[in-house]
Amino acid sequence: MYNFEFKQPKTISDAVNALESDDAQALGGGQTLIPTMKQRLASPSTLVSLTAISEMKGICKNDDGSISIGGGTTHADVACHSDIFFGLKTLAENIGDAAVRNRGTIGGSLANNDPAACYPAAALSVGATIVTNSREISADDFFQGMFDTALEEGEIIVSVKFPVPSSSSYQKFVQPASRFAMVGVFLSNFGNETRVAVTGASEGGVFRWCEAEAALNEDFSDGSIKDLSIDHKDMINDIHASKEYRAHLVKVMTKRAVANAS
Amino acid sequence: MSNVTMTVNGKTVSGSVEGRTLLVEFIRNDLHLTGTHVGCDTSQCGACAIHVDGKLVKACTMFALEANGAEVSTIEGQANGDGSLNVIQQAFKDHHGLQCGFCTPGMVMAASALLKTNPKPSELEIREHLEGNICRCTGYHNIVKAVLAASGQDVSSIAAE
Ligand code: FES
Ligand code: FES
Repeated sequence: MYNFEFKQPKTISDAVNALESDDAQALGGGQTLIPTMKQRLASPSTLVSLTAISEMKGICKNDDGSISIGGGTTHADVACHSDIFFGLKTLAENIGDAAVRNRGTIGGSLANNDPAACYPAAALSVGATIVTNSREISADDFFQGMFDTALEEGEIIVSVKFPVPSSSSYQKFVQPASRFAMVGVFLSNFGNETRVAVTGASEGGVFRWCEAEAALNEDFSDGSIKDLSIDHKDMINDIHASKEYRAHLVKVMTKRAVANAS
Repeated sequence: MSNVTMTVNGKTVSGSVEGRTLLVEFIRNDLHLTGTHVGCDTSQCGACAIHVDGKLVKACTMFALEANGAEVSTIEGQANGDGSLNVIQQAFKDHHGLQCGFCTPGMVMAASALLKTNPKPSELEIREHLEGNICRCTGYHNIVKAVLAASGQDVSSIAAE
């Protein structure tokens, strides 16, 4: 990998300043960025590590009942925190492997928006709010396509605010070599509204399956989606699965999510 | 170049590294602790697994400067004070949990991280925990058996000998 200048600010404002230098890149847990830099697919001249910023770590309950997770919080810390709801806990404890979960962060995962990453599905499904150093962005506006988000150059995810659904489930069909989702479905039920977000399947990255949401709003049971189907035209096609297979998996995983929601 | 200082297996060490120097490179090339292996350098095999501040990490997927001030333990620090094998290492030996031994340092570090938080893991929990550690020789059965044995549990349910 090409060399770079390494900076490790202790506060968000110092990090924002450091990211103003030309060709600077933020580094979260590095579980995606470091392999990418080894392949020379990224070669920032300054790398600004966010791991020493204590105000970006940790999990707390807000007065309105929602949960805020610091952008620098690792998957392992999310997985074992007692305030985390069912679907999100399952999601965090099944990302990558144990060593990856000790380094990888929620902010890094969302900012990268890998089309097969798990966290984007949770954020979009519950309608989370992405809090950056300068503004708040709703999940519906945040994800803008494969590896693309609403973040501006140098903008940092400080925390993520998750409304807590009355029941939820994350069902991931694992691509066994990478442990990413071949298809992952996050379902959240807020009593009067159900939201279904799908990762791993579409060329456009994470998306909401609106037909399934409408059917589940009528009748929250796995039977209500049995006659639905999803168009495979925009699905990802690779050596692991065809478009048609991924489209099929979206439905299967959604049914499992309904049956498993807790 | 920047200075980096950390505690490795209880000893304070320091050195001068580039931004891009990986933690595993610092450990192997500067500290000459070559028990931590590099199997893939692409974050997949776990041969480089060590503990940083008590947590299992892949030393090939972390920069040396990120470990500035940290407590690091590697396989070289695992033996008992008198130099005899610790209980996990002994169990790997007793249950034939290694063949070529290349993956073994990472396996032992991963196993000890598991047993610290889960002293009596089930077979499934062991297999899940070792998902990030690849072994090309053993077929895993005897590794799982060794970890079960190290936790003081009955190993007769694990098939292969
Ligand atoms: S060498 Fe680090 S995971 Fe393979
Ligand atoms: S013993 Fe040879 S790779 Fe595991």
